[in-house]
Amino acid sequence: MSQSSSATQRQKKDPLESALKWVDERLSVGKGGRNLLDKIFPDHWSFMLGEIALYSFVILVLTGIFLTLYYVPSAAEVTYHGSYAPLYGQKMSVAYLSSINLSLDVRFGLLMRQMHHWAADIFLGAIAVHMARIFFTGAFRKPRELNWIIGVTLLILSISNGFLGYSLPDDLISGTGIRIMFSIVESIPFVGTYLAFWLFGGNYPGNGIIIPRMFVLHVLILPAIIAALIGAHLALLVHHKHTQFPGPGKTEKNVVGSPFWPNFFFKTNGFLFLTAAVIAALGALAQINPIWLYGPYVPYKVSYAVQPDWYMGWLDGALRIMPAWELQIGRFMIPNQFFPAVLLPGICFTIFFAWPFIEAWYTKDHSEHHLLDFPRYRPKRTAVGAGGLSFFFMLFFASSTDVMANYLQISLNIVLWFFRIATYIVPFVVGIITYIVCKELQKTGEMAGKRKRFTLVLRSAEGGYSTVYAEARPGDKDVFAKEPEPVELTEEVNELLSEQAELITTASELPEVVKETFPKGQSGVKTVARD
Amino acid sequence: MTQDQNQKEPSKTLKLADDLKSDARFLPLAKNPKLIENLIALLFILGILCFAALGAAYWVNANTQVLGLTLAGGFACMGVSFVLWGRYLLPKGPFSEERHPIASNTQEFEAFKDSFIGRGKLAFGRRKFLVKLLGAISGVFGIVATFPLLRSLGPNPDASLFRTEWRKGSLVVTFEGRPVKVDDIDVGGFLTVFPEGHVGSFVSQTLLIRASTQPIVTRPGRETWAPAGYLAYSKVCTHAGCPISLYQQQFEQLLCPCHQSMFNILDGAEPVFGPAPRPLPQLPLYIDDQGYLRAQSDYNEPIGPGFWDF
Repeated sequence: MSQSSSATQRQKKDPLESALKWVDERLSVGKGGRNLLDKIFPDHWSFMLGEIALYSFVILVLTGIFLTLYYVPSAAEVTYHGSYAPLYGQKMSVAYLSSINLSLDVRFGLLMRQMHHWAADIFLGAIAVHMARIFFTGAFRKPRELNWIIGVTLLILSISNGFLGYSLPDDLISGTGIRIMFSIVESIPFVGTYLAFWLFGGNYPGNGIIIPRMFVLHVLILPAIIAALIGAHLALLVHHKHTQFPGPGKTEKNVVGSPFWPNFFFKTNGFLFLTAAVIAALGALAQINPIWLYGPYVPYKVSYAVQPDWYMGWLDGALRIMPAWELQIGRFMIPNQFFPAVLLPGICFTIFFAWPFIEAWYTKDHSEHHLLDFPRYRPKRTAVGAGGLSFFFMLFFASSTDVMANYLQISLNIVLWFFRIATYIVPFVVGIITYIVCKELQKTGEMAGKRKRFTLVLRSAEGGYSTVYAEARPGDKDVFAKEPEPVELTEEVNELLSEQAELITTASELPEVVKETFPKGQSGVKTVARD
Repeated sequence: MTQDQNQKEPSKTLKLADDLKSDARFLPLAKNPKLIENLIALLFILGILCFAALGAAYWVNANTQVLGLTLAGGFACMGVSFVLWGRYLLPKGPFSEERHPIASNTQEFEAFKDSFIGRGKLAFGRRKFLVKLLGAISGVFGIVATFPLLRSLGPNPDASLFRTEWRKGSLVVTFEGRPVKVDDIDVGGFLTVFPEGHVGSFVSQTLLIRASTQPIVTRPGRETWAPAGYLAYSKVCTHAGCPISLYQQQFEQLLCPCHQSMFNILDGAEPVFGPAPRPLPQLPLYIDDQGYLRAQSDYNEPIGPGFWDF
C-alpha cells in the first residue's frame, strides 16, 4: 500500500522538483530560500542606480580578466618592433608595449580595453549618483548607517582602483599622473617621504617596482576587498529590506513592490544586459584613452592638456586652484599639494563617513526609518547636499582651466581667479536657492513636479464654499486616484499565483485586464483565505 | 488540465478563477500579452542574429566597431526582452512583505548578552593581568608586523631628496648625449639637458634657456650663474612635480602644463601664476676652455615639490 503510493508520488515528481529536493537535503534552501524568493523590491527608477554600479562592476571583472591575460606588469625597457608604425623603434616599458599589443594586435583586445575603461567611468558615475540618491532621500538613517559607511568605503576604494587602472599602461599621460601621486604622498607630514620612497622603491621614478605593485593592487587586492564589501552591502540590503517612498499602502512596517522571483529577477537581469549593451556600444564607438597616440612614458616629457579620468577631476581641480601657499614650521614644511590633495579629500570623506551620525545628532532623531524622505521635506539636508555637490562640480570644472581659457579665448588668469573665488561662493548660493525651492515645493504638497490642475470653487446650496481639484488631464497620472492595496505573499497567494500559471497556458486565454483600481480593503484573495 | 481540475473541485477552482479575473493585481501589466510575447520572441531572434554576427565578425577579424556593436546589439535584445518579460507578463502587484524591527526582542537580546558577557566573564573576569598581557602581545605583534610590510618595500629617503646628479664640472648634455657649446642655441631657444652620464634622469632634468648673449644676474649672489645668457632651471615643477615643458618666449615665462604654474625666468624663476609656491632651483653654469657648458655645482636647494623635512 505504502509502496504503491510512494511509487505514484515518484512518478508525479518532475525532475526540477527532485533537483530542488536534492539541494535542500544538503543545503536546506527551503528555509532561507523562500525568504529570498519572496523578497520584495520596491519599484522606483532611482533604485536602479545602485544596480548600474553593481553590473558595471561585473563587467569590469569580466573584461579585466581578459586584459590580465595579455598585460605584462613590468617596467623593463624594450624597443618597439610591432605593427604600429609611428612607435617603431621607440624605447618603452614592457607594460606599455603589452598594452599597445593587446589594443592593436589582439583580436577583441581593443574592445575589451575600451569596455573596461568605460565600465570604470560608469561604475564610479553610478556610485556617485547612487550615493546622492541615498543622501537626498535619507536612506542612510538608522538602521542603515553601517551600509552607508560600507558604501563610502567602496567609493574610496573604487576611485583608488580607477586611478591604479589607468596608470598601468605606463603611457605619457598616466606616467605624469603617477608622478603627481608621488608628490602627493611625499607631502604627508612625518611619514610622507618614507611612504613614497618605500612604495616606489626609491626616489621618483623609483626602480620600476611600482608597476607590478600597482598591478597586484589593481587586479587582486582592491577588487577582492571591493567584491567582499559589495557582498556585505547587498547582504545588509537584504537583511534590512529595501527602503521605499511614502505612498498608498506603504508604511514603516511593510515593503511594497515586486517579489524577487520572478518579477525582479527578470527586471534586474534585463538591466544587467542593458548596462552591458551600453558599455559595449561605448567600447565600440567612443574611443577612450588611445594610449598609442600618447606615446610611452618618458620622465622628462609631458603632454599638453593633461586631465585625469573624471572621478579624479575634482582633486586635479583642487590642485590647480590652490593658492601658492606653503607652511613652514621650524625646519619642517607642510607643502602646497598637501592641502588640496590630502587634507581636502580627508575632510570630505570624514564628513561622508560621519554624516548619518552628524544628522542624527542634529535632529535628535534616533528612531528607525524605512520610509524615505522626499528631498523637499528635508530642506536643510537637501540644501547641504546640493551645495556640497556644486562644490565638487566647481572643483571638477576647475580641472580644465587651461582648456576653458583656450576654448573661450580668455586669459588663464581670469579663469583661475574665477574658480579660486567661485568654488567657495557657488555652494552657498546653490544651498540657499535649494532651501528656498524646497520650501516652495512643500507648499505644492502632492502636486510637486506635476502639471497644475484647475481648482474648482464650489458653492453649496447653503452658501458655503469649498474647493476641489478638477479631473486629471488626459495623459497625466491621476495623483488622487486610489492605488490598489498591496498583496502580501502568503501561502494562499502563492497557491493562487501558481494556479494562475496553470490557468493561463497561453496568453490568448488571459482575461481582459481590469483597469479600474481597487478601493482599500477590497481584496478578493483574503476572502478566499478565510473560506 | 485546467478543465479536469475544474470538474474535480468545481467550487474552489471556479471561485479562484473568478477572483483572478476580477483582481487586477494578479494580472500582467500588458493589455495585450500576446503582443509582448511576440515582441520578446522577435528580440530573441534578433539577439541570436547579433551574436551570430559577432562570431562571424570575429573570424573575419572585423574592426572594433563591428565587434562591439554586434555584442551590444545582442545584449540590448536580451536586456529589453528580460525587462519586458518581468514588467509586462508577470502579475503586476503591488505585493508586500512585512517588515520587523531590526533589533532582536528583549528576551533574545538578554540571552545573547548573557552568553557573550556572562560566559565571557568565565574566561576574562578577575584575570585583569592576563587581559593586559593579551593586549600587550597583540600590540607588539601588530607593530612588528608592519616592519616587513612597510620597511621592506624600499629604501629610506635619507639625503636623496636634497641631491641630484649634477656635480661640480658636470658637462651639460642633451637627451641625445651631445654636449652643448656656447654657440649652439640662439637667443630665445631652449633645451632639456642632463649631466653627462645621466641622460633621462628624472631628478637631474634641467631646462636650458638662452635668454640673452650677455651674462644674466637673476638674483644677488648669482652673478656668475648664467654665462652668455644661458639660464638653467630644474625642470621639475615645485608644485606637483610635473616636467615643465612650455617656454613662452614673448613673456620670458615657463609654464607647467599640469596645473598651469608660471615662472619668470629673468628673476630666478619666481612663480608668478598658479599654485607653485617656490621658484625653480637654478643650476649655476660656467663655460669651459673649449666653450662647452658645465655646472658649477649641484643645485643648492632641493628640486621639485615640497615635503615634510624640506
